[in-house]
Amino acid sequence: MNTKTPSRLEKILASGHLAVTSECGPPRGSDGEVITKKAEMIKDYVDAINITDNQTSVTRLCSLAACIRLKLMGLEPILQMVTRDRNRIALQSDILGAASFDIFNILCLSGDHQQFGDCPQGQNVFDIDSIQLIQTVRHMRDEGKFLGGDDIARPPRMFVGAAANPFADPFEIRVRRLAKKVAAGVEFIQTQCIYNLEKFELYMKQAQERGLHEKVSILAGVTPFKSAGMAKYMKNRVPGMDVPDEVVARMSGVPKEKQPEEGINICVESIQRLKEVEGVRGFHIMAIEWEEMVPEIVKRAGLYPRPKVE
Amino acid sequence: MIVAERKPIEEIIGFVQNCKKILIVGCNECVTVCYAGGKKEVGILASALTMAFMKEGKELEIKEVTLERQCDPEYLEELRGFIDEYEAVISLACGAGVQFLAEKYLETPVFPGVNTLFMGVTEERGVWSERCQGCGQCILGQTAGICPISRCAKRLLNGPCGGSTKGKCEINPELDCAWQLIIERLKKLERLDDYETLIPIKDWSTERAGGPRKLVREDLQQ
Amino acid sequence: MEAFQKGADGVYVAGCLEGECHYLTGNLRAKKRVEYTKKLLDEIGVGGERLEMYNIAASDGPRFAEVAREMHEKIKALGPSPIREALHKKKAA
Repeated sequence: MNTKTPSRLEKILASGHLAVTSECGPPRGSDGEVITKKAEMIKDYVDAINITDNQTSVTRLCSLAACIRLKLMGLEPILQMVTRDRNRIALQSDILGAASFDIFNILCLSGDHQQFGDCPQGQNVFDIDSIQLIQTVRHMRDEGKFLGGDDIARPPRMFVGAAANPFADPFEIRVRRLAKKVAAGVEFIQTQCIYNLEKFELYMKQAQERGLHEKVSILAGVTPFKSAGMAKYMKNRVPGMDVPDEVVARMSGVPKEKQPEEGINICVESIQRLKEVEGVRGFHIMAIEWEEMVPEIVKRAGLYPRPKVE
Repeated sequence: MIVAERKPIEEIIGFVQNCKKILIVGCNECVTVCYAGGKKEVGILASALTMAFMKEGKELEIKEVTLERQCDPEYLEELRGFIDEYEAVISLACGAGVQFLAEKYLETPVFPGVNTLFMGVTEERGVWSERCQGCGQCILGQTAGICPISRCAKRLLNGPCGGSTKGKCEINPELDCAWQLIIERLKKLERLDDYETLIPIKDWSTERAGGPRKLVREDLQQ
Repeated sequence: MEAFQKGADGVYVAGCLEGECHYLTGNLRAKKRVEYTKKLLDEIGVGGERLEMYNIAASDGPRFAEVAREMHEKIKALGPSPIREALHKKKAA
C-alpha cells in the first residue's frame, strides 16, 4: 500500500474504502472525561476523530491534550490546528508534541476571527496562514527540518489535511483555492457541511476538470439539523454557510418533536447522494453537541462496520 | 497619512484638571487633514476646556499654537521660548509627534489629545480607512496593489478564508474582503492565474515583531 | 463655541430651507456641524439642547419670529447657562 505515514485514515483511503471521520469539541473546563465519553460513543463508527482547536475562538481545552487522550484510548485522532493563536515556533512545537504521542493526522486551518469568541479584545497571531501551515508540516515530515533550517530529531509523520468551503464567496475562486492547497501539499480535505448539494456537485465537477480529485482525498462534510431553528440560524448567522430554502422548509414543515428525526433523515439522504459524486472519498460528520447520533447516521448511510486495516 | 481622532473631552479634562495654565499644540499635517488636531481643532478644544473649567468655578489659561509638524525637531524648537511658562501641554499630534514633543521638553508634562489610529487614505470627506501597516517588505506588486496584511483581518497571504461572504469580511459586513478585492483586480488585469501562486511565509522581522524600527541614511546624515 | 464661552444661554443657527440653499449644500453641512457641536456641549456639561439649527426661508418673517419665540421659551425653561453663572460669580468676586 502506498502510504507515507502510519495514519489509519490514510490507509483506509489508500485501500479504496470510503472514510468516515467525525469530531469532538473539547469542554470549556479541565474535565478530560468529557472527551472520553464523546469518543466512546462514536469510536466504532468512524475511522478517525477530529478535535477542534478553540473553535469559533471560544476558549476550550486544547486540541493537543484532547488528541493525546484519544491516542491513549487507542483511537485515531486528527489534530486540528489554527494559525490564529500561535506563531510558527509554537505551531512547530505542538506538531512535535503531537508526533511524540504518534498522532498521525493534522488539519491545517486559519481559524475564525477572535471577534466571534469569548476574547474579542485579544491579539491574534496569524504568523502564517493555513496554506503555509500545510507547507510547514510537509516540510517537517518530508525534509525532516524545522522552518529555520535545522534538522528535526525524529521528524513527525503526519497525514496532512485542510478544510475547504465550496460555499464561501467568491464561488469561482473556491476550486482555485483547493488547487492552491493541493500545490502546497495537502493530502486530505474535509469540507464545510453541505446542504446545497447542487452547488457542491458543481464544485466537484470543476475540481474533477482540473484532476484535483485524484490528487487529494475529499471528505464531504455533513451536519444534521437538530431543529428548524438551528437550520435558520446556520442559514442566516454563520458566514460561509449555504442552506437552501427548501431544506429550511423541510425542517419547519414538521412538528417540533419530529424535527430532530427529519434532520437525521436529511443528513442520511445527503450522504447517499454524495456517495455518487465522483471524487468524494468519504464523509466528515460534524454532529455538534449531538455526537450520540453519529452511530445511527453511519449505520443508516450504509457505512457500518468500519473496515479494518493494518 | 496618519489618521487620528480626538479623545473624549472627559479624558482630556482628567489630564489637566489640576492645572491653571496650559498649552495646546496642534499639527498642520495629517491630523489637520483628518480634522482631529489642526488649528481649528485646537481652538475648539481650548473653548471646550475653558467652559468645562468655568462650570466648576475654575480658571484655565490656555495658549493655542499650531506647528507645521511635531515630528521634526526644527518646528518643535519654536516652543522653546515659552513652554516653561505652562504647567502642561496637550499635543494634538499623532503618537509620534506627542512623543517627540515630550522628548524635546523633558521638564513639561505632555498629554495626548487624540487617539492615533492607522496609516490610511481619505475615501471621501469624513471617511478614512486603513491601508498600510508598515510591514517593511511591501508585496503590493504580487497582490494587484491591494495589501492583504493591512486589509485582511487575518492578514492571510493566501486568502480568502472560508468566512468571506458576498465580498465582505466575516467580522464586519461593511468591511470589504481584501482577497475579494485582489481577485477582482487580478481579473481586470487578466492575471487571475497569478492567484494560484503560493505566497511564501512572511519575514516579519522588519515589522513591529522585530522590535522598534529605525532607518538610517548615511548619505543624508550631517 | 465662542458664543457659549462668552456666556450665551442659547444659540440658534438659521439656514435656508433644505434644497433652497444659495450655496447648494451649505445648510446641510451646517446642520451636521451643529449636531457635532451639540454633542461636544453635552460632553462638557453645558448642554447640547442650548444649541439648535432652524431652516427658515429668508423672506419668511413670521416663521423667523416664531422660531425666536420658541427658542426664547426653551432657553428660559433651561435657565441660565452654567458658563454665564460662572462668569457672573467671577465678576462678583
